[in-house]
Amino acid sequence: MLEFLQHLFGEHNILVYIIMTLPPLVFMIVFALAAVLLERKVSAHMQDRLGPMRVGYHGLIQTVADILKLLQKEIITPATADKKLYILAPFVVFIGSFGAYACIPFSSQYIGSAISLGLFFIIAISSLAPVGLMMAGWGSDNKYSLYGAIRSVAQIVSYEIPTVLVILTIVVLIGSINLQDIVKAQSGWFWNWYIFGGPGGWGKVITIPFIGIAFLIYIIASLAETNRTPFDIPEAESELVAGYHTEYSGMMFAFFFLSEYANMFAVSAIAAALFFGGWQSPFGDAIPFLNNPWMQVFWFVFKGLVFIFLQMWLRWTLPRLRVDQLMYVCWKVLTPFAFIDLLIVGLYAVLR
Amino acid sequence: MDPIKKYFHNIWLGIYTILIGMRITFSHLFVRAVTIQYPDERLQLPERERNRLFVNIDDCIGCDQCVRACPVDCIYLETIKAVPGDIVGRTGVTSNGKKKALFVPTFTIDIAKCCYCQLCVFPCPTECIYMTDVFEFTEYERGKLVYEFTDMTPEQVIEKKQKLEQYQKEQEEKKAAAAKAAAEDKAKASAEVKTDPLAGESK
Amino acid sequence: MPEIKTEELIVNMGPQHPSTHGVLRLEVKLNGEVVDDVIPHLGYLHRCFEKHAEQMTYPQVIPYVDRIDYVAAMNNEFGYVLACEKLMGIQVPERVEYIRVIMAELQRIASHLVAIGTYGNDIGAFTPFLYYFRDREKILELFEITCGARLLYNYMWIGGLSHDIPHNFIEKTKQFTKYMRPMIKEVNDLLCYNKIFVERTANIGILPADVAINAGASGPTLRGSGVNFDLRKDDPYSIYDRFNFKVCVGDGEMGTVGDCWDRNMVRCNEMVEALNIIDQAVEQIPDGDIASAIPKRIKPPVGEIYFRTETPKGELGYYIISDGSQNPFRVKVRPPTFCNLSLVPAISRGYMLADLVAILGSVDIVLGEVDR
Repeated sequence: MLEFLQHLFGEHNILVYIIMTLPPLVFMIVFALAAVLLERKVSAHMQDRLGPMRVGYHGLIQTVADILKLLQKEIITPATADKKLYILAPFVVFIGSFGAYACIPFSSQYIGSAISLGLFFIIAISSLAPVGLMMAGWGSDNKYSLYGAIRSVAQIVSYEIPTVLVILTIVVLIGSINLQDIVKAQSGWFWNWYIFGGPGGWGKVITIPFIGIAFLIYIIASLAETNRTPFDIPEAESELVAGYHTEYSGMMFAFFFLSEYANMFAVSAIAAALFFGGWQSPFGDAIPFLNNPWMQVFWFVFKGLVFIFLQMWLRWTLPRLRVDQLMYVCWKVLTPFAFIDLLIVGLYAVLR
Repeated sequence: MDPIKKYFHNIWLGIYTILIGMRITFSHLFVRAVTIQYPDERLQLPERERNRLFVNIDDCIGCDQCVRACPVDCIYLETIKAVPGDIVGRTGVTSNGKKKALFVPTFTIDIAKCCYCQLCVFPCPTECIYMTDVFEFTEYERGKLVYEFTDMTPEQVIEKKQKLEQYQKEQEEKKAAAAKAAAEDKAKASAEVKTDPLAGESK
Repeated sequence: MPEIKTEELIVNMGPQHPSTHGVLRLEVKLNGEVVDDVIPHLGYLHRCFEKHAEQMTYPQVIPYVDRIDYVAAMNNEFGYVLACEKLMGIQVPERVEYIRVIMAELQRIASHLVAIGTYGNDIGAFTPFLYYFRDREKILELFEITCGARLLYNYMWIGGLSHDIPHNFIEKTKQFTKYMRPMIKEVNDLLCYNKIFVERTANIGILPADVAINAGASGPTLRGSGVNFDLRKDDPYSIYDRFNFKVCVGDGEMGTVGDCWDRNMVRCNEMVEALNIIDQAVEQIPDGDIASAIPKRIKPPVGEIYFRTETPKGELGYYIISDGSQNPFRVKVRPPTFCNLSLVPAISRGYMLADLVAILGSVDIVLGEVDR
């Protein structure tokens, strides 16, 4: 798509780059609306109830009503709050979540920015989110918010280590950090996906259990990255009321919400891209209709949605972990296993 | 070796129990929801349901039993005695044949105070107070929740009160007249006794 | 390096808080994340029940008695009515006894459903709460077809009952017990045996047996510490001695004896035992008239009585002093949750703030009973 736009508007035109950033933004907003509704409906049906039913057919435009309500709410700033930090925090968190979309390939023709450091950039910019959370917690001038923010930052920063190790496991097999390359390498039928060992001959079967463990570690770590149950101590209602976003109301609160769901999709998208072939269709080139660029967007979003559903499923099944148990899981369970995984898969990558 | 075995056992248990839990929640996705979409669909309430109180004022004989039974004092009842010959209500008798002897100008129930305990229903001799299954009776003003059940207009109340006063006055006068007549008779009788020497001996 | 000045942080889990079950104020002295002391402040729900009871006649007190522990109203009425009957020397018909036991055990299940559901909610598992409330609806429906009310019944009267059970009650109860057993097992798999729940509740809030007995704890709080004491077996009242049921005792299956997991498991097992009792009672229930022993005028002789029953929360005691008139001279209630709540400071020292929520939920307080 970049070449098409450059051809249309001329090279290095500022308009080209602005138009290139629009699709993920639009997608993110639409997705956040849909995801809030999906969460409510999924949780309702898992709990034998119906969820929103009144607004629209079976509640389909409920989120629009929610956004309208949040838009017209008064933005209350506590008198003793640190104004600069308080107002800037939602924006910083939003940037941290949205920035990751720059390097996620939606189809073979579209990737926001084709830098060769794709995954490294994603990890770096999603580390901006804890900074925003800390600003929110401190700027609210509220004991509970501060507690929530501290715990949240500790959690996110610790769980980045297993995430990075797992990403390295896949990167070692490919040799490139660019997500577009990783997805392109998984072309063909679905047994070329990395969850089944990646492209290659029968020798790859030996890596399947290790990549499976890596996938599991990534799923658990990604839950912690996005503050979802069982790792939602920062938002734990029954302990800290609402954690770091206790004092926010109206549109600022909507921003936090939006960034949480955007982050969820970003993390799911990375899981889909790394392990499940990103925008590749499971039937490869055998059915060419299913492999054209628009269908690829569909496959990509579909795989992302499967992981979103998995995250929601886990949220409504599991209780919450306590802070020290959370840290135990990260440092004493996930990190050792991720290390061993990396070593073994790296060994295989060197020897093949 | 034991701590290492425990470590792996804990990890295995964690994964296993989480998977069992996930299976249960997933299976509930296909179970029909138990929600009833009120107000489009409503539940059929059982016949003994006790919600808002109702008083059939035609049957009320003003006996005060419900007032005494109520634990929160939400019923207030005033009565006026009926003058003999006056018909209470339309027919003067309740639906099960009891003759009514009291007018009921005020029968208020403060339904906001009512605790829905049903203690007023049982002592009523004519079963005129009972609990219906109406539960949607919200009001915008608290004063509207004081229900007035009487069907006497204020003019009727004044009329009945006046009638009662008049009757009582007449009764008093009659009694006074009768007492005076009795006293006169007694005085006459004793006077006759004094003048008639024979009457006193034959006693 | 200069000494870092640390001081105690006092956190107020105020009267309005999602996980204190009602209006309870807990003043928590924290040292970092570790709890040093907990001071509960009560009285936010005090409604002067004992003073009101002096102005009411004996039957009029029953709606007030319902509202002490509003989650388990039938058991409250049961205790009061048995106390008055013992004071007056009334012997109720057999059918009344059986119906009362069925109602009390159904209410025990309903109360435990609330306790376990809200406990899961505090720990973070939102789904078992809704599953259990769906099951509780079935019990409340049974109560509704009998006496017309779902939560506060005024059903057990002194000398009998207000209504006889309708014709489809026995059938529906049998259906309910058949339905409920797999549901309890399902939520046990989903919540109680889940490793994360076990991690959160095992070895937390350990209550040694001697501390529990000394503090006057009762009910699942006491039995979770391994003490085999149940008033239905050790001081039987009504017709409980005719039924065959086990007393559920905590045995430290997932941690130590007397931790939060044990108390929770005692409640889950008690629900199964209550289903057993209901099954037996429904088989044995005789015919009869439920209103034949209700006296016309309730005027107990001069005297006093203390009568205790086993409610879902523990030992509920009524101390009634009668002076021969229609109003009681004094009705004193010994609430089980008040005594159990006094244990919370002792067993939560040294644990973290998140554990305090778990401990409070496992003691299962209802503020209506604590404050009366």
